[in-house]
Amino acid sequence: MNKPKDSTGHKNSQELIIEGASCASCVAKIETALKRIDGVDNAQMNFALRTVVVDGEVDSEDLVQAIESIGYNARSAEDTSDDELLDEKEIADQKYYTSLMRKMWIALGLGVPLMIYSIAGGPMTVETTLERGIWLFIGLLCAAIMYFAGKHFYVGAWKSFVNHSANMDTLIALGTGTAWIYSMVVVFFPMAVPEMARHVYFEATAMIIGLIDLGLALEVKARGRTSEAIKRLIGLQAKTARVVRDKKEVDIAIEQVLLNDIVRVRPGEKIPVDGLVIEGHTSIDESMLTGEPMPVAKEEEDEIVAGTLNKTGSILFKATRVGKDTALAQIINMVKRAQNSKPPIGRLADAISAYFVPVVMIISIVSALVWLNFGPDPALAFAIVSATTVLIIACPCALGLATPMSVMVGVGKAAEAGVLIRNGEALQTASKITAMILDKTGTITEGSPTVTDILVADKSYTEKYILTIASSIESRSEHPLAQAIVDSAIAQEIDPEDISDFQAIAGHGIEAKLEDHHLLFGNQKLMFKKGVFLGEFVSKAQKLADEAKTPMYLAIDNKLAAIIAVSDPIKEDSIEAIKRLQSSGIRVVMLTGDNRATANAVAKKVGIKEVFAEVLPEDKSNKVAELQAQNEIVGMTGDGINDAPALALANVGFAIGTGTDVAIESADITLMRGSLHGLADAIAVSKATLRNIKQNLFGAFIYNVAGVPFAAGILYPFFGLLLSPVIAGAAMAFSSLTVVSNANRLRFFKPKEH
Amino acid sequence: MLIINLIGLGLIVLIVWWFWLYQAQSTQVSDEQDNSEITVVVEDGIYQPAHISLLENKALQINFVRKDASPCAATVLFPELEISADLPLNKTFAVQLPLLKKGEYAFHCQMKMYSGTLVVK
Repeated sequence: MNKPKDSTGHKNSQELIIEGASCASCVAKIETALKRIDGVDNAQMNFALRTVVVDGEVDSEDLVQAIESIGYNARSAEDTSDDELLDEKEIADQKYYTSLMRKMWIALGLGVPLMIYSIAGGPMTVETTLERGIWLFIGLLCAAIMYFAGKHFYVGAWKSFVNHSANMDTLIALGTGTAWIYSMVVVFFPMAVPEMARHVYFEATAMIIGLIDLGLALEVKARGRTSEAIKRLIGLQAKTARVVRDKKEVDIAIEQVLLNDIVRVRPGEKIPVDGLVIEGHTSIDESMLTGEPMPVAKEEEDEIVAGTLNKTGSILFKATRVGKDTALAQIINMVKRAQNSKPPIGRLADAISAYFVPVVMIISIVSALVWLNFGPDPALAFAIVSATTVLIIACPCALGLATPMSVMVGVGKAAEAGVLIRNGEALQTASKITAMILDKTGTITEGSPTVTDILVADKSYTEKYILTIASSIESRSEHPLAQAIVDSAIAQEIDPEDISDFQAIAGHGIEAKLEDHHLLFGNQKLMFKKGVFLGEFVSKAQKLADEAKTPMYLAIDNKLAAIIAVSDPIKEDSIEAIKRLQSSGIRVVMLTGDNRATANAVAKKVGIKEVFAEVLPEDKSNKVAELQAQNEIVGMTGDGINDAPALALANVGFAIGTGTDVAIESADITLMRGSLHGLADAIAVSKATLRNIKQNLFGAFIYNVAGVPFAAGILYPFFGLLLSPVIAGAAMAFSSLTVVSNANRLRFFKPKEH
Repeated sequence: MLIINLIGLGLIVLIVWWFWLYQAQSTQVSDEQDNSEITVVVEDGIYQPAHISLLENKALQINFVRKDASPCAATVLFPELEISADLPLNKTFAVQLPLLKKGEYAFHCQMKMYSGTLVVK
């Protein structure tokens, strides 16, 4: 088993998926190349499925290499999918649970009757020979139970001891071992022990093992629930796809779908891989990925993503991303990675855990010594009880589990709402954001502006002529508002004119030439700069801006020709979502390159008081720095493409996605839904998760800080209280279960929307 | 009583030495190859081997074989490298590490009960 290749690489029969095999003659070529490899007995290719089955003792990597050397791509069909891994994990967990429960019954089968006997007042002491005989029998029974129900603790403890490390097993093994050995000493050599200390603790040993087994079993169950969100995501993957091969539609396993395959999806079916629609139209429910409840209409040339649900029409599409490259596979990967990453708040617990177990061992020895030196009679019995109880009650697991369990559930919960959190650090910082900068276009607004008004200043031009000139200029511009003018011209079937000497003046507009005419198209600043007289049109433009429209001036030969107003509608739920952000105490600031009057009008509509207007694209990150200099923890939300530097500089960068494009690398948090509610949800989830982590850490710290001294007997001199090792065992078993269960509470977290 | 106290103190010194001061031997990965592989067995609370040393800028693939059904053993994290992997039970799972600069890199389970170090020389 130590040589992994023997267990996975060499097989008697294995299947490969071939890519790039386009004609039947490839079959012979591939088969021959494979058969030439030493160890291959036979190779048979299924051309329709593009798979090849190879018999013989040979490493799969050698096969892949041979196929690649003749110009095709190949991969093993037996790479275990996420789905199978998950099933295997569930089966393994279930088996582990069953075995722990069986061990628990064995241990409690002896422990509980003994416990009842001792509570009922039965003597647990060794005085007569008969008692010695009975206790010897019970002691041996207890040893058998330690072997059957607790072997894993002792083996684990020993192995880690040899390896110079110590863990929970060490504490349990030492604690129960001490109790048992002391009891056996009392049974065999009662004379060596003071009369009052001739007490046996077999019931403690059996009970502790049973209770901790029970705790572990319940923890396995509870832990299974923490990965519910990822299970749901993995479950979105379709198992088969209906692919057109050789002009026929065949159902094949999802792993066998190749790039550029033509795939058929009928109503009610899941989209199996990512692709582009080439025939038909339909509406697709993407809510499982983006959290967006409304189905999205799709027609030819539209992108569709794996895992979403086809609602109405039957479509054919071309596969553009398959296997591990689909958006869904990437989302799953990202969520998994983020779930396993640790926010800084967990570092203290990590630092402590390195010292925890040895420190507890030392405390246990010190406690025994104090009892022996200063304790009342029977000091030896007190010393043994306190040493054992200290070892048993201390729970490094609760401390270690506190952070990862909550992160696991919190990140999963966020993914359910269409919020992808990159790592634990982003999660933690998002919970502390004090100021949020929202980019206007595409974030607060739809990002799809339209022409609303054309005010002609020089009556010698028609509206159509104005639009012709404007769209001719704008067809060469990359400005976000330019598209609106071009679209408007296309809608009116206007053909653009040839313009020359095109020159973009950043932050102002455009200068160009049409035949002999000199053209200026841009904002007021541009007109002032070039000395164009605006007259009464200044106030007309102001009026448009007050209506949240963006006025643009067109001057022909330095004379104002017209004002074109473009407006970008505000997303319908922006107002509400911004209110949610503000009510959670966040200072919301709007950022835009648009003119001040329009920016103010938009801000007023959505209830934002602070505006950075007329900001050049390259200055966006300066505005982030400006707020950071005011000691704010700054979140920046933008589309992730134009705002990349600002997103990167912000304490947390949020990329507001258009659907399922997750390839936004500059963002700490990706919002797959266009709505700003996603942003408010992201912050709400991160706050809830951090609160949950703090509860867990606090609970685990307090438990250990209070429990260990109590177990050592610190209350005895004052109140005569000493903890029983059995109670300590129960407390320990349930402390880590409590942590996992508390983390699981996050599953029921619902952001307060609408 | 004096003897008992001395034994107790001796035990404490032993614990400090054994768990903290003792410098563990690390398993050296072959320094001749550019691509090395090493198998780490995850069982009974420890990674075996737990201390791996390799040379700077050499690629290393760690094949984890998890034999412990406890969920503690199921995840391995390399926090400095931002790598995490879910280890299937009784199967080999390969983790490919990037080329590393000199230094010590920890790897551990979520709760740090299992822990190991990569020493890059």
